[in-house]
Amino acid sequence: MSHRLPKGGRLIDRSKSQNFTFNGKSMAGFQGDTVAASLLANDQMLLGRSFKYHRPRGVVAAGAEEPNALLGLGQSNRYEPNQSATTTELFDGLEAVSQNHWPSLEFDLLSVNNLVPQFLTAGFYYKTFLRPRAFWKHVYEPLIRRSAGLGKAPAPDARDPDRYEQIYAFTDILVLGGGIAGLQAALAAGQSGAKVTLWEQTAHWGGRAPVDGAQIDGQPAQDWINATVARLHAMDNVQLRTRCMGAGVHDHGYVLGYERVADHMPGADTPRHRLWRMRARQIITATGAIERPLSFAGNDVPGVMLASALRDYIVNYAVAPGARIVVVTNNDDAYRSAIAAHDAGLDVAAIIDPRAVASGDLPARARALGIEVLEGRAIRKVKGGKRVTGVEICRQDSSGGAVERSIDCDAVAMSGGWSPVVHLWSHCGGKLLWDEAGSYFRPDPARPPLGADGAGFVRACGAANGELLDVLSDAHRCARMAADAVGANGQPDAAPQATAPAEAPMQPVWMMPAQASYDLRMKMWLDYQNDVKVSDVQLSAREGYQSVEHTKRYTTLGMATDQGKLSNINGLAILSDALGQPIPATGTTTFRPPYTPISIAAIAGEARGAIFQPLRRSPVHDWHADHGAEWEPVGQWRRPFAYLRTGESRHDAVNREVKNTRENVGLLDASTLGKILVRGPDAGRFLDMLYTNMISTLKPGKCRYGLMCNENGFLMDDGVVARLDGDSFLVHTTSGGADHIHAWMEDWLQCEWWDWQVHTVNLTEQFAQFAVVGPKARVLLDRLGGMDVSRDALPFMEWRDGMLGGFDARVFRISFSGELSFEIAVPAGQGRAFWDRLVTEGADLGLMPYGTEALHILRAEKGFIMIGDETDGTVIPQDLGLDWAISKKKADFLGKRGMEREAMVNPDRWKLVGVETLDGSVLPHAALAVTGGKNANGQAQTEGRVTSTYYSANLGRGIAMALVRNGPDRMGDVLSFAGDDGKDIKARIIDPVLIDKEGAKQNV
Amino acid sequence: MKRYSAFAIAREALRQHKGWSHAWASPEPGSSYDVVIVGAGGHGLATAYYLGRNFGITNVAVIDKGWLGGGNTGRNTTIIRSNYLQDPSAALYEKSRALFETLSQDLNYNVMFSPRGVMMLAQTEHEKRGYLRTERANALQRVQTRFIQPAEVKKLVPIINLDGPRYPVLGALWQARGGTARHDAVAWGFARACSDMGMHVIEQCAVTGVEAAGGQVTAVNTTKGTISCKKLGIVVAGHSGALADMAGFRLPVESVALQALVSEPVKPCMDVVVMANTVHGYMSQSDKGEMVIGGGADGFNNYTQRGSWHHIEETVRALVETFPMISRLKMLRQWGGIVDMTGDRSPIISKTPLGNCFINCGWGTGGFKATPGSGWAMAELIAKGEPGPLAAEFSMTRFREGRFIDESVAAGVAH
Amino acid sequence: MLILTCPCCGVTAEETEFSPGGEAHLKRYGPGSPDRDYESYMFNRKNPRGVHFERWRHTYGCGKWFLAARCTITLEVFGTYRAQTTEPPADIIAAIKARRPEWEGFA
Repeated sequence: MSHRLPKGGRLIDRSKSQNFTFNGKSMAGFQGDTVAASLLANDQMLLGRSFKYHRPRGVVAAGAEEPNALLGLGQSNRYEPNQSATTTELFDGLEAVSQNHWPSLEFDLLSVNNLVPQFLTAGFYYKTFLRPRAFWKHVYEPLIRRSAGLGKAPAPDARDPDRYEQIYAFTDILVLGGGIAGLQAALAAGQSGAKVTLWEQTAHWGGRAPVDGAQIDGQPAQDWINATVARLHAMDNVQLRTRCMGAGVHDHGYVLGYERVADHMPGADTPRHRLWRMRARQIITATGAIERPLSFAGNDVPGVMLASALRDYIVNYAVAPGARIVVVTNNDDAYRSAIAAHDAGLDVAAIIDPRAVASGDLPARARALGIEVLEGRAIRKVKGGKRVTGVEICRQDSSGGAVERSIDCDAVAMSGGWSPVVHLWSHCGGKLLWDEAGSYFRPDPARPPLGADGAGFVRACGAANGELLDVLSDAHRCARMAADAVGANGQPDAAPQATAPAEAPMQPVWMMPAQASYDLRMKMWLDYQNDVKVSDVQLSAREGYQSVEHTKRYTTLGMATDQGKLSNINGLAILSDALGQPIPATGTTTFRPPYTPISIAAIAGEARGAIFQPLRRSPVHDWHADHGAEWEPVGQWRRPFAYLRTGESRHDAVNREVKNTRENVGLLDASTLGKILVRGPDAGRFLDMLYTNMISTLKPGKCRYGLMCNENGFLMDDGVVARLDGDSFLVHTTSGGADHIHAWMEDWLQCEWWDWQVHTVNLTEQFAQFAVVGPKARVLLDRLGGMDVSRDALPFMEWRDGMLGGFDARVFRISFSGELSFEIAVPAGQGRAFWDRLVTEGADLGLMPYGTEALHILRAEKGFIMIGDETDGTVIPQDLGLDWAISKKKADFLGKRGMEREAMVNPDRWKLVGVETLDGSVLPHAALAVTGGKNANGQAQTEGRVTSTYYSANLGRGIAMALVRNGPDRMGDVLSFAGDDGKDIKARIIDPVLIDKEGAKQNV
Repeated sequence: MKRYSAFAIAREALRQHKGWSHAWASPEPGSSYDVVIVGAGGHGLATAYYLGRNFGITNVAVIDKGWLGGGNTGRNTTIIRSNYLQDPSAALYEKSRALFETLSQDLNYNVMFSPRGVMMLAQTEHEKRGYLRTERANALQRVQTRFIQPAEVKKLVPIINLDGPRYPVLGALWQARGGTARHDAVAWGFARACSDMGMHVIEQCAVTGVEAAGGQVTAVNTTKGTISCKKLGIVVAGHSGALADMAGFRLPVESVALQALVSEPVKPCMDVVVMANTVHGYMSQSDKGEMVIGGGADGFNNYTQRGSWHHIEETVRALVETFPMISRLKMLRQWGGIVDMTGDRSPIISKTPLGNCFINCGWGTGGFKATPGSGWAMAELIAKGEPGPLAAEFSMTRFREGRFIDESVAAGVAH
Repeated sequence: MLILTCPCCGVTAEETEFSPGGEAHLKRYGPGSPDRDYESYMFNRKNPRGVHFERWRHTYGCGKWFLAARCTITLEVFGTYRAQTTEPPADIIAAIKARRPEWEGFA
């Protein structure tokens, strides 16, 4: 049984007990424990169930590579699935639950899958569930979905109460990994004078060295680590950060750091996670190596773990994963685990070594302690279900038919050698080399990821570089090269010397025993979480899924939450063997960020709720809000759709606003309209290119409506241009178009007509602009006083600057409604005061503000087009009967060439008309006129489309505009529009101008 | 070829699965074929399949520079829908969606088509009007969609937040028979069926040149030798520009990186596919339990299969806003694919300046859903030398003629 | 995540401060031009695997458009230069040739 040892534990504080629960059961651990360590200390070996067969699963690793020990942590709004027990620090009050079982962890009904593994091979689902057809959606898939997945999802309405922070940072040299390699690299780089940042994913510096018992410069590794960390802290040019993982390396030295600031102290007044967005000139990966499992039957039974993990638990946490331990290894390093277990007073039953001879220093030391070493032997099979009860031994060079002996034990420590952590090297295109001696892929220094300057910007050092033994000098060398690359030339101290026992070569062992039978291979797990076995990879190869990517996708090898950290190399080796080719010919799958999963919340950061996106407010935004505005988002602005009075419906409010504007006076906040100043000797020439009509002939003091098209000839924006003086024009754009049109102008001025003397300024936010509209508009302005706005002094389509009611005002006599109408611009800072003044002065004139819907109806009654309704990016001005606004005189304007194309001059294009239903009803939005025929694809043929449709309170019936094939030539024709209920709606083609065609109302 | 069934599995289970053979044969290339298809992704393989099935043309080679299905077929977010606005798009995508309905049975390979329903959220008045327009168009295009109200959205997607302070949900365009399929299986299933008809699927065979004489392609040079052909189909997505260059013509196509990501798997919490285009994000839950999330495309030309990180942030923000409960899930993996974007963001299925050379490309961010339909239309084009009604409007000459097929007009998106 | 240097204001900044603007050095063809020329201007693109000349705007900085020579396979940036030119300047060409001797040149 796993248990806490009476003494030791370099990372725990026995004076600080921490209480927690697992599946509701109370347990206790110590400060400094990981959740995995404390669970093992409480003899909780069984922690979850696997994905496919729901096999019992226990802890395999002690770090980021753990595939099994995933738990649900926390409650309600703070519940979080799939938290790794091996990387989560224990805290008092922690609540954990196991996952992926029903009804309980101990008794899981879905483990029936485990009884028929020979049916549920890799890819079985591609070959079955084919009939009956409807069963996939309704029966098979729901069953599969229910049994798949790991942890329960948070509740549908869960709201994460924690804060998440993001931060930008810049450094010369970023060192990822705070083991002895990373510490030495940071030290040497720091001493060179470079600005250095060092991140370590765990809470502790030094990595494996203190556990492995290394000596550095003649002192214990821990002493050197403590001294080095102290030196680094004292250096102004070095920043250190623990609990911060290098999550992803992106192009041009962009690195994401995932800092788990407060996972270990919930409720603290800090952000829970912090996402670092670091730009580094040079990156050193000192990410160490990960031990590989061995493939023997039953290598997934709880109690089987990595040899390095076993000694981590013993040395770091004083937790013994078992009382009687068998070690199985193809290398000398794992003998350290046997020695550590022995030193901790545990019974080491045997070391099983498939190598013919194990004669290095460490095996000698183990033997000297009285530990039996079985050479040339293999584990044939692990005995036990929910925990290990023993192992069967056979010759490695056999099929496993003959059991030589059985050994009782409650833990198995395995080691198949080590693989450098090359993820961060590889994320951005760094290539790998196969290292024959160590049987692993290591970074190829000749093919690093390339930065903006085309030079490599990532260097790997220490174990991450495949230098498993000479870690410190490799780190030192690497740091000096990185320092050179950033031009830091200080002289660092000499590299320290580490001393450790010599190790004999490992021997690659990809299957145990070497010629294992099918029955054994069917129980050798490669990917513990996804239940991928040796037999599955072999089947995949047999069926022709031979590319490593095909094998991965067909078997799901390496696709679990650990992303194959333990299974990749072992799987590649089995695949290569099945294909009869060397491992490097098989290659690896692609390493993608993040290194381990990072919280969605950290990626989202603080942009949530009201600050999800910026909100642009007009100067009178608050007034609208206080007066019943129903908002309509327009870009990042909000505009009032209508102002609802108490008890009033949207529909009633709109009708009231529409009628009042035509009968009395309406007030519209048009501040969001784009206002772009275009100035310079060539301003007129420039606007002649931008607009379809002639602008340069406009006289100062006058206004002109104009159209802008893109180079395809499609109508893009419209508005009124005012000529301010000889070389200045004020261009009005739509609300949504202001930024785009301004950028459009700059593009042409900077990139095409760069010798033209013009400059542009987007003044949109500098002015508040209000439309005063209706028969009583002039009365209201006269009341304000200060400017003569009479018909003669300020004719239609002219503008004047002056004082109006004491405000600096520019008054435009323009109309988008057909009414007598003024648009008045005042500096944005005076906007609210001016608005209030208008509201006060207009009260007895029946002044009412109106919103965007009333605006739309007023313009539709008058047959004016609206960008975004009559246009959709495929409509040319000619479609809208706006030929009058297309200059015939100009040799060129933007879009003119596009309009010359075949499809643009086709006489059958749909053109704008008015339509009215025969019964006066309102046509449905976007209704299509049908011909009754079908096209070649069997779709109903159409000949027109409603672009705008409203109820007009002024006319007492529905009004609409539509684009209709040859529409203007078919006045009076009745069209059939497809209705909602399959019935057609009859509507007649009419003139779109429905009110005051002569313009008498606006021209008073 | 052995038929797949539960019975076949049971039989094999009794003999250690030794009876399975290669799903598709991997022969060395022959010297000459009636048709050579360049690109063994979903679209290329589907083209070959329908050449055989619909036109009896089986002397066909499908060649690929890498592994089969290794491009965008294997790195998309597997959404299938046909709720497009414009008639030509709706016809093509609906044909494709209908083919998906029976594809598993047609291919004898479970591609796991799951019509779980696709909804596109309306989060502004403008977007709502756009979807209402699409709904009306779909009704006449024989595409079954329906604009649904917020309450129904919430019922279908319990994890959605209807009342986000910035972009409340005003409704959604709902296509109940849209859904997802297993992307790799689509490529594998087509490859197996092509192989079964005697076609050659040749991997690790890169095209290095195109030989032409008298305005006709005569052969392609490859890393496995020169292969003569009577007709050539180019179906290579993001790499179309390079192939067109070899064939001597230019395309209205640019290649950019599009990104996606998945969360760790969790138990079922969302049955349908949700797309939120105002905030730029879409999400579904795979059968494995991962939340599959599609992100934005970079605006610059890129062949690296890596995109820029800020797009991931923008997408994730949008989705946390729309589905707040995902906040405490974790991102497991992010990746990128190279997509080919045309001038109107709609695809090209077209004749080329070379008389017997045909091209299928420009699927941009949304090609997976079109796989069988695209193959169907392309096969007809290659077999007859002229496009049928499905492909007629997707000619590459439409740009200079001004006949755009623009789906963005009604708040629609191409993916 | 690219880093680019704006040749107008000299600032080296994050990709997010810039907006990409597609292929550079396109010649505009206006009214009366042949279909082929108009098509080449509006739609057809080199879209090369390798050296690419492209437009960027320093949108959240000085606001100026500029041009960049960049490799679409490695994302290496050979150099940036002012937009007011119809072809890449000699120093940019030289910088590309130094890094990509096999490059066929600007055409």
